[in-house]
Amino acid sequence: MSESALREQMLPIGSFGRKSSGWYGVWTLVLTEAAIFVYLLFSYFYLASQANGEWPIGGAPSLALAAPNTLVLLASSTALIWAERSGARRGKRIQLLSGLALALFLGVIFVIVQLREWQGKAFSIRSGTYGSSYFVVTGFHLAHVIVGLTLLLTLFIWALRGDFDAQRHAPITIGAIYWHFVDAVWLVVFTALYLVPRLG
Amino acid sequence: MTTDGTRNRLQGHAVTLACVLLFADRQFGTHFFDVEAHGQPLLWQHLFWMFGHPWVYAIVLPALGIVSDALPTFCRRPLVGYTPVALATVATMIVGFGVWLHHMFATGMPVLSLAFFSAASLVITIPSAVSTFAWIATIWTGKPVLTTPFLFLSSFIILFVIGGVSGVMTGAVPLDFQLTDTYFVVAHLHYVLIGINVFPVIGGIYYWFPKMTGRMMSERLGRWNFWTMFLGFNIGFFPMHIVGLMGMPRRIYTYAPGLGWDTINLITTLGSFAFAIGILLFLINLTVSLRHGMPAGANPWDGPTLEWSVPSPVPAYNFAVIPLVASRHPLWEDRLESPERSSLSRGYLLNQGRETLATTVLDAEPDLILKMPGDSYAPLALALGLGVLFVGLILRSEPWAIVGVLATALAILVWLWPQRRLGQIAEPHHV
Repeated sequence: MSESALREQMLPIGSFGRKSSGWYGVWTLVLTEAAIFVYLLFSYFYLASQANGEWPIGGAPSLALAAPNTLVLLASSTALIWAERSGARRGKRIQLLSGLALALFLGVIFVIVQLREWQGKAFSIRSGTYGSSYFVVTGFHLAHVIVGLTLLLTLFIWALRGDFDAQRHAPITIGAIYWHFVDAVWLVVFTALYLVPRLG
Repeated sequence: MTTDGTRNRLQGHAVTLACVLLFADRQFGTHFFDVEAHGQPLLWQHLFWMFGHPWVYAIVLPALGIVSDALPTFCRRPLVGYTPVALATVATMIVGFGVWLHHMFATGMPVLSLAFFSAASLVITIPSAVSTFAWIATIWTGKPVLTTPFLFLSSFIILFVIGGVSGVMTGAVPLDFQLTDTYFVVAHLHYVLIGINVFPVIGGIYYWFPKMTGRMMSERLGRWNFWTMFLGFNIGFFPMHIVGLMGMPRRIYTYAPGLGWDTINLITTLGSFAFAIGILLFLINLTVSLRHGMPAGANPWDGPTLEWSVPSPVPAYNFAVIPLVASRHPLWEDRLESPERSSLSRGYLLNQGRETLATTVLDAEPDLILKMPGDSYAPLALALGLGVLFVGLILRSEPWAIVGVLATALAILVWLWPQRRLGQIAEPHHV
């Protein structure tokens, strides 16, 4: 670029809107974690293709808890989108805090329902390749949800302290990317583990 | 580098996952690989090679970067076809996703899989050929200066072609059935790993040693070093192709007499000793030149890139301002009568604490001034926390695992806590 252009241009300093090193950082993390889930589901489908016992054990898993729970997680993402767009970007603290609180609440519901879903299973992590795959895939996802909830709680505390305004709210954007990723992964896991067995 | 980083993000973790699943098999009683419970040892091989094949590119891509960066200096002209070479690198990464199975052709696969992965393994030669012809054209149309780094960098092209061709041969399914687990594969992988990585890296060390230390490495010893290594390597490893074709199996330390392999293996042994002596000469050159090498000056090779504009070794305060780089060869712009002009003395001062420039991804236009964090114990605490967590898991000690998780979480929290001086939180409102 020319020197005159250089003189004219004023650059923002520090984290500004979504411009921040953490924004790139979280996308790198998302890429890595997405790859892990791809390999996990590869393993699941590979074992399914080679299975000579019952797969899934007891037929396709029930949707009674899993389907509503999927909606709960989607609602949580929606609440966070609202918190970011109507709250963080406009510097409105009440919207930001209530959106974060709602996302957090719905996330906790998801974890509780998911634990009940686990309790209701007639097989365990030691029950052949299906039991191992089912619990390791959903367990990996649940671990990501719990990390996401810790993250939402932290964002809530920071927002409560008044750390963010319309310009400085990169942590909210960064955290939201991670949380939406965790939800998107659930849709893939749900499709693979709950819906695909119903096709055949 | 971005290509290599992306590859590492996407492919490195296949083997991480394989290790986690194996760990779960042993610690928690899962059955991923356990044959008695219908687990699949072949799943391990899949996950391993999904990582393992691209891992070769992880090693090769930086070496290709060294060649594309340093070779033009000795050809006295910019790299021919920079953009096609860069795109070829990205293409190699992408096609590299779909070739892992060619390490497993002999394990018993559906014909369709064999056909697909064989095709991908043959297609991947096209981007490699693009780079190869660009390097050859750079030498052909330039005025090569036959220094030691040039010898190492240009010999890499020969070794790259030999290692590449033997790779394509094993990518063809019928031939692979013959070659699997023979010395042919041993020859191939050494041409790839040593030929394509070690030769350019040593060439790179000869090239940048003056910049790192302020002293030149000995040219005379360097030539002895190169020719001993180059001849030793080829005498040592080329004959392995031949014994491989004759059926000598790999991974077995000995063989029965009278199979017709004796003389060839003797030649291999002699070659490998010569190669080792070559490496020794390199190490000697390194140590002697560190103390007694000729003073190098700022730009001993008349190189085109930024590092050669500052004194050798590079002082702690290298550039007073962030240089504005307009071309890929800022120090050659005058003689190339380039329309773009870089500015090394005028640019962003960035003197308000630890600052650096963030740029847009593709065009590298200035985008943001980043505030860099200061020294912190948080990363060390994070490493220790993770250490406690994993040792706890190995020892099946739940309390220690929980301590590890909490310490890890705490360290991340402290590390990422938003700071006003880094411009991460709202300014206090002025009344």
